[in-house]
Amino acid sequence: MSKFRKEGKKESPGINTSALPDIVFMLLFFFMVATKMRDPKVMVKTSVPVVSEVEKIVKKSWINHILVGPPTDPSKGDAPRIQFDDKFGSVDEVQQFITLKKNEHPEAIRDYLTTAIKADRSVKMGLIQDIKQELRKINSLKLLYSASEGEVEE
Amino acid sequence: MGRKSRSTPEINAGSMADIAFLLLVFFLVTTTMDQQKGLRVQLPPYPDPTVPPPVVEQNDRNVLEVLVNSGDQLLVERKPLRIEELTDLTKRHIQNEGRDPNFSDSSTAAVVSLKNDRGTSLERYVQVYNELIRAYNESRDEYARSKYGRPFKELPPKGDEATAVKKKFPMKISEAEPVEYTP
Repeated sequence: MSKFRKEGKKESPGINTSALPDIVFMLLFFFMVATKMRDPKVMVKTSVPVVSEVEKIVKKSWINHILVGPPTDPSKGDAPRIQFDDKFGSVDEVQQFITLKKNEHPEAIRDYLTTAIKADRSVKMGLIQDIKQELRKINSLKLLYSASEGEVEE
Repeated sequence: MGRKSRSTPEINAGSMADIAFLLLVFFLVTTTMDQQKGLRVQLPPYPDPTVPPPVVEQNDRNVLEVLVNSGDQLLVERKPLRIEELTDLTKRHIQNEGRDPNFSDSSTAAVVSLKNDRGTSLERYVQVYNELIRAYNESRDEYARSKYGRPFKELPPKGDEATAVKKKFPMKISEAEPVEYTP
């Protein structure tokens, strides 16, 4: 009989779970930081075009969104509407909306703010052009046509 | 005086993991990971009505005129073109270096003018814009590869090499002033 042979049945040691809360907390903090509470209710359909040469925007907080598309509520007709934050608006309100958004940021970065036009693919350029003109009038010239990445389909 | 050493009862931390899990699931569900993607565009400043627009001597051969009409058809230099051919044509235009008299003098002088009708759909407009940007990106890539042995994206951003490539192929895509059509 060897001196070191243990007596009795060998039991597999239980897995030490004392580090589990730490791991979970780590994940929790990651998601807490990464979470941005859902944007205000989207009231227009925006199925954005698919193109290949998209750029990813890193500074999300520097982006102001203007949504354009047919209302999701069918009782409001299907003519494209413009949505700011959580209400419908018209082209005349673009200047006011963007100016208000600009004032929320310190002056040093105001020139870097980008306006993202998230528009449905069916929207006609006439409306987009009007928005573009308004943006040019208040000298906010950085624009992003929202699109998703993929191969252009015909 | 004998003071009884009272041991504080330990807090049961066994359910901490459960609580953390609960919070974790909540944040997992509410997280939106959508990235902001799209075509980045710089608009021209609004023309001052009191100042007459500057007269720019622009040689016609340096301007590639791209028009998307209300029927979403593509016209390049007033001739219809399929969208698949646009990238190659644009690349020929900006990389011409004076060889073909129909295309540009040099890559730095080349301009692409993009016009659209009010009835053009956004999808087609963005697709055409995409092809133009693709032409520039590919030209920059080819140039960076031949000169520095690396594609443009792998050059250090804001470094001298990247600046040189950008200077060689400045992305001059002009969005024309909207034109009022009277039907």
